[in-house]
Order: sequence, then structure tokens, then C-alpha cells
Amino acid sequence: MEFRHHRLENGLEIVAETNDDAHSMSVAFLVRTGSRDEADDVAGVSHFLEHMCFKGTPRRSADDVNREFDEIGAHYNAFTSEECTAYYASVLPEYQEASVDILADILRPSLRPDDFDMEKKVILEEIQMYLDQPPFGMDDRLKQLHMGRHPLARSVLGTSDSVGALTPMQMRTYFDSRYAADNLFVAAAGKVDFDALVEQVAKRCSNWHPQAAKRHVPPAASTPKFEVVHRPTATQQYVLQLADAPSSEDDDRYAAKLLATVIGDDSGSRFYWELVDPGLVETASLGHYEYLGAGMFYTWLSCEPDLVEDNLARIRDILGEVEQSGVTEEELRQAKNKVKARVVLGSERPQNRLFNVGGNWLQRREYRTVADDIQSLDAVTIDQIRIVLKKYPLTVASTVTVGPREDVRGPT
Amino acid sequence: MTTEILSQKLTNGMVLVGEPTRSLESVAFTFLLPSGCCYDPPQRAGLASLTGEMMLRGAGPRDSRTWISDLENLGVERGESVGVAQATYHGATLKDNLYAGLGLFADLLRRPHLPADQLDAGRNTCLQELRSIDDEPSHKLMIELRRRQYPDPWGRSSHGDGVGLRAATIDDVRRFHEQHYRPENTILSVAGNFDWQRLCDTVEQMFGDWQPGAAREPVTGNGRPTGNYIPFESNQSHVGVAYPTIPYKHPDYFQAWAAVGVLSSGSSSRLFTEVREKRGLCYTVYASLHTQRDRASVLCYAGTTAERAQETLNVTVSELQRLGKGIEHSELSRLKARIKSSLIMQQESTSARSGALGRDWYHLGHARSLDEVGKLVDALSADSINAFLEANPPRDLLVVTLGPEPLELPNGVS
Repeated sequence: MEFRHHRLENGLEIVAETNDDAHSMSVAFLVRTGSRDEADDVAGVSHFLEHMCFKGTPRRSADDVNREFDEIGAHYNAFTSEECTAYYASVLPEYQEASVDILADILRPSLRPDDFDMEKKVILEEIQMYLDQPPFGMDDRLKQLHMGRHPLARSVLGTSDSVGALTPMQMRTYFDSRYAADNLFVAAAGKVDFDALVEQVAKRCSNWHPQAAKRHVPPAASTPKFEVVHRPTATQQYVLQLADAPSSEDDDRYAAKLLATVIGDDSGSRFYWELVDPGLVETASLGHYEYLGAGMFYTWLSCEPDLVEDNLARIRDILGEVEQSGVTEEELRQAKNKVKARVVLGSERPQNRLFNVGGNWLQRREYRTVADDIQSLDAVTIDQIRIVLKKYPLTVASTVTVGPREDVRGPT
Repeated sequence: MTTEILSQKLTNGMVLVGEPTRSLESVAFTFLLPSGCCYDPPQRAGLASLTGEMMLRGAGPRDSRTWISDLENLGVERGESVGVAQATYHGATLKDNLYAGLGLFADLLRRPHLPADQLDAGRNTCLQELRSIDDEPSHKLMIELRRRQYPDPWGRSSHGDGVGLRAATIDDVRRFHEQHYRPENTILSVAGNFDWQRLCDTVEQMFGDWQPGAAREPVTGNGRPTGNYIPFESNQSHVGVAYPTIPYKHPDYFQAWAAVGVLSSGSSSRLFTEVREKRGLCYTVYASLHTQRDRASVLCYAGTTAERAQETLNVTVSELQRLGKGIEHSELSRLKARIKSSLIMQQESTSARSGALGRDWYHLGHARSLDEVGKLVDALSADSINAFLEANPPRDLLVVTLGPEPLELPNGVS
């Protein structure tokens, strides 16, 4: 494995972890833009734009894009998050240039009004689809409740109203300001010919303009709140809880991940033994999510509606106990063994390495090997976990519960 | 890409199949056991799932906490599921921990405690899983589609029903384990970095004295629901279409599979293009070939807002009818490119390989290397697929919809 890096004159960077033993390669264009970079009048535009990039360019129709990706047997897709829009393809090494050619082309889309209107229907269907699944959308509500007007609280999908009102002109303006050469980068992993990759990207992207796009990173000011959302048609009752956590620049993030594993992994954790194993809930988990300038501890639970108060009290007791007494050496050892094995098992697939390499570059402009991650996990001590718990108390959390219950008493 | 597939049958009937690949760090294993919900007794729908749930509550010398923490300290990623014919237990770990991991699973499968005092906990977990299906309408629709498409017990959902789960006793669970967790027809498949001879010796030691039981027949008699429409309060209507096709073991399987690929593999496939791209009717639309050992169906799904559901159904059905008229050479060549890269990427995942080896053995009585699969794919031509489609066009379409309003069935559809 070797790390390679190159920067074009216009600021576009290319990073790769090359592995000659791999059978395939994965490549992505990652744009430093997402819902956190939107204003109210364009809520949902990042995600809509991601769809529009597949609808054709001056060189290709939408059918051409789909057909040509399929012709090279690419496994490809795109996603939009709060702070990133990613377009990626996994292919056999002989199709490296062909995949770069299509990806680079669709990053300069035509945004034709007819396609815009057609794709708007698809997005509105996507929003309706999630509305039928009771807990979906509640993560957005919870972020707004907890973080108020902080940019990270913005919804990736937007709403039927905000997406419905978007115009092609607004999208064009947003595109011009965000998809600039110095606000995106190319990442690759697997059997990559890096020198060729640099040439292939340079040939297609050297005329893209830099823009010095800005991102607003205000400090996160959160206030714990409690809200009940009544969904009479839902069957199960869902609980979502959000507490502050280490951000993506914070070295405490490894301790935070191990802490989340001890408390809320889907197997062998405190939640597992105290909630799942006794059959009190269908699922209960706690995860750590990191963003630029802020992090989140996210609790998720589903249970029978009548049991929700008891389960809210149990969560509070479990989290309170950890805050009080920390975790044990044995728990930490087990969490490390589990997370380290996941890191190594996941690293065998180039696509997983792509997201690791791309994620590290996106968040910290750094490259980390699998061994670096293992080392950072190994170095975490129970004292560090205690420090994280002190800085980011898990019980200081906002809660949304959604389901058939009209009224739910919050834990006192 | 050349690898060797090795196999061995223990005297008690259990089959071990392996594909060693020295260049990887990991190894994955899959147990397939003849313990699916087709063996749920009358009035006990859900017993196979409940048994699977109870199996995790202590085994051999370990209580449940020790069993899970020992497994996690070995870094074994695990997963379990119960299907119609089989139960699956899967694990993946670093190469040095294979044998210790298998030892934990030998206890789990052969010596589970199935503790009476935890039955209610296990039952509650199963009941909650059953309830949660109502919050996922697309999942609920596909369960209802399979129940109508296949004769009992082959369309069953392993989740069972509330009546069966509530009635089940610990004796039912223990009897189910006693009768259906047996070595004959059990397959253990292993892929990744391991030594074949050492694996054979270890497996013989762990499973060689497992006693076979009496052969069991699937339990029928639960009937088969009818009706094309399931009322449901939702924003979207969910459309399901099914038609019979040939199973994996059939010599023409790859012709049938490729035809479905033209319909639904990749973004240039027909359903995605016609339903989503050209008309913007939905976000999700797909068709897939769902195969059991002796029967198979193509199952299609589309989810769309209620007022556009009729058009979605009509367009989907007309695409199925058009498929019967044949495919183009260019469609097949795109599909082959996708299959080829999928096969090569499968080589990079020991979990995917161990699952595929076990499934092959179950369906065929032998496992195919990726080279063999590659040759079968190379042999496909537009002519061979069109000959298959001429003899077997999509027909006997069954439509089931779930949503606020029923839909009109297109001509020729039941």
C-alpha cells in the first residue's frame, strides 16, 4: 500500500492509496458541500443537484451516462450528507480512465429545465417514501431541536415545499459557487495507476475554476429539549436522542467511538444486555458521528409503545451510570478487539478504503493507514474515556419520540 | 483468479466446503442448517425464528454473556438469519482466530442452553420484530407477495405470527432444536486464509460425533392467502408483481437470470429507464430472481405516490410483457460487464465467497469457482436468452398492491 498525492494548478487535489494486490479499484469525486452549506431558500438543493448530475452533460444525455457506466461494469452511485457530496465508481483496473471520464463529465452537468422538472418528481417520491417509515425525518427534527439554527441541523433531503419551489436558476447559482476546482477533490483506492490518474484528471479538470468557497463553521450551541411527535399510524414507538460529542478534528474521537461501542453497539454492549437481551426493546444503539466543528452521540431505540417511559428511564440510568463510574478495563478491551477487527476486515475491499481515505482527506486533509487507526484505538485508556464523558455528558441530551403515543412523559 | 474448491462429507452427513485464498488476512464461514420456518408446526408460526433467537442465550460451558464476549474478543463479526428452508449462521474474523471462532459456534449449534427463564425475553424480541414490519410498508408488501406467490409452506415469512409466537413453549423450542439442528443436510462453507487439512481435522473433531436425526418433512397446511389488495394508510402505494421462473439448479438458470438482469440490473436496465428515468414515477423500482431449491419466481417492486400508482403498475407490467419479446445484444453486453466486475469484486470479500459456496452446495450438490461462473456467463448470447424467453415469456403475473386505494389490474393479469 502506498499513499500518493497531487495538486493541480487550479487547486484540485488527487489522493490515492494504491494496492497492487487488489483486483479492482474505486474512485470518487468528493465535493465539500452539503446541507450545512445551504440557505433557507435552497433547502435540499445539494441532494437535488446530486441527482441532476446524472441527468446529462453537454457531451452525454442521461441515458448515455447510465449506459456508459453499465458498459464498463461499474458499481457506481452518489450520496449527499451534511458536509459532502460524493460521486463514486468501483471498476476493474482497465476501466480506470473510462470511469474518470464519466465522473469528471457529470460533475459539469447541463442542468436542463426539462430534466430538472422530471427529476424533481423523483425527489418528491423519495421524500414521500421516507414519510411512510415513521422514524425517518425525525433525525432532522432532533437536530433542529438540539442545535437550533446551526447549519448542521439542516435537512439533507429538504421538504416537499422547499424542493418543490426550487428553480433551475437557483441550482445553477449554487453549483457555480460550490463545485469549484478547489472545493472538491478526487480520491482513489485499490489497484490504481496513480500517474495515469493524475493525467486523466488533469486532462478533464484543469480548466475548472477555483472559487475559494467558504464554509461557515459556527460553534455548536445546544440546548437539551424533549418532544413527542404523534404518528397514529405507526406501530412501534421510536426514541432518538442526541448529545454533543467530539468533532472530526478532535483527537478524542477514538475514545468517543470506543465509548459508543461499550454502551450502544448492536451486540455485547450495555444497551444490548440491559435492553435488547431482556426483550424490552426491538433495537437500541448508540453511535458517534463526527463533523467539522461538532460531533454527535446518537441514541436510537424502538419498542412497544407502552414501554417507552420505562425504556427512557432505563437509558437515562445506563448513561448516568457510565457518566458516574466510567467503563471497565474489560469492556474497553472487548470494544477495542471488536472495532479493530472491523477495521481490518473492512479494509480488504477497495471501496471501503476509498471512503476511509476520502473521509480522512475531507475532514482533516490527512492520510491514515489501517495500522494508524489500529494504533490510535489501542492507545485509548479508560481515563481518556472518563475525560470524554466529562466534556460531553451523555445525559445532557435532546430527545424526540415518535409513534402512536400522543403523550409521553419525559424521564424526570 | 484461480482458486481451488475443496469439499468433504463427514460420516454423519455434514458437508464441509472450502476455498482457501492465502493472500487475504481474513477468513469467513457460513453454516447453513435445515432449520427454516417451513418446519414451523401448525399453530406455532415463528417457532424457527424463536429457536434461533434462543440459541444465542448461552451454549456449552458459557452463559450468554461469556459466549458473546469471548466471540467479540476474538474479533468475530457474526450474523444470523432464519429463512424458509434454512437457518444461516455467519462469521468473519482474522485468520488466526478461525478455529476458536468455530469452536464457539459448535457449542452454539450443538449445545445451546435454551433457558426456560429467558423464553419470555426471546419471545418479546420476536414479537417486536413482527410488529416493526408494519412500519415498513415496502417490506410488508413483499412478504404478502411471496405468501401469495408460493404454495405453503414456501411463501411463509419466518417472522411467523403473534398467535404462534405467544403459544410457543420452551419444550417446543427444545424439540425444534432437537429435530432440526442436525448434521445431515448441514453445510459449513469457509473462504479466505486457512489451511484445508487443519480445517478438516478441526471440523471432524468438533462435529464428527454429532448424531444424525430422523429426516423431517416441511409442514404444510397453513393455506395460502388470496386477494390483490391490502389496505394500508400510507402516502405511497406499493406495487408488487410476481411470476414463476426456473430455480438455480435448472440448466437454463443463467438464461433466466440474465433476462431479469436486462430488466433490472444497472441504471440502463429497462425498469429503471422506463419507470424512473423517463417518467419520474418513483424512487425505487426493481425486479429480482428469487430462487428456492425446487421453485423460483421473479419478484418486482415499485413504490410511488397513490395518484401515480396505476401508471406505475401499467408501465411495469408492459415492460414484463415486452421482455417476453426478447432482448438486444447491447443490453446483454452491458450486463456481462457488470457481472464480470461483480465476480472479481466477490473475490475481494471472504464473507461473500463463503456465502456463495454454501448456497451453491445447497442448490447443486457442488460449489462453482468464480472461473466456472465466468465461463457460464461468457456462454450467454442474445440468441440463447431470446430462445429461453420465447419458450418462457413472463406469464401468470400476480399483482399485489398495498396502499390507500386498490388499483385496476391490467389485462391478462391476475
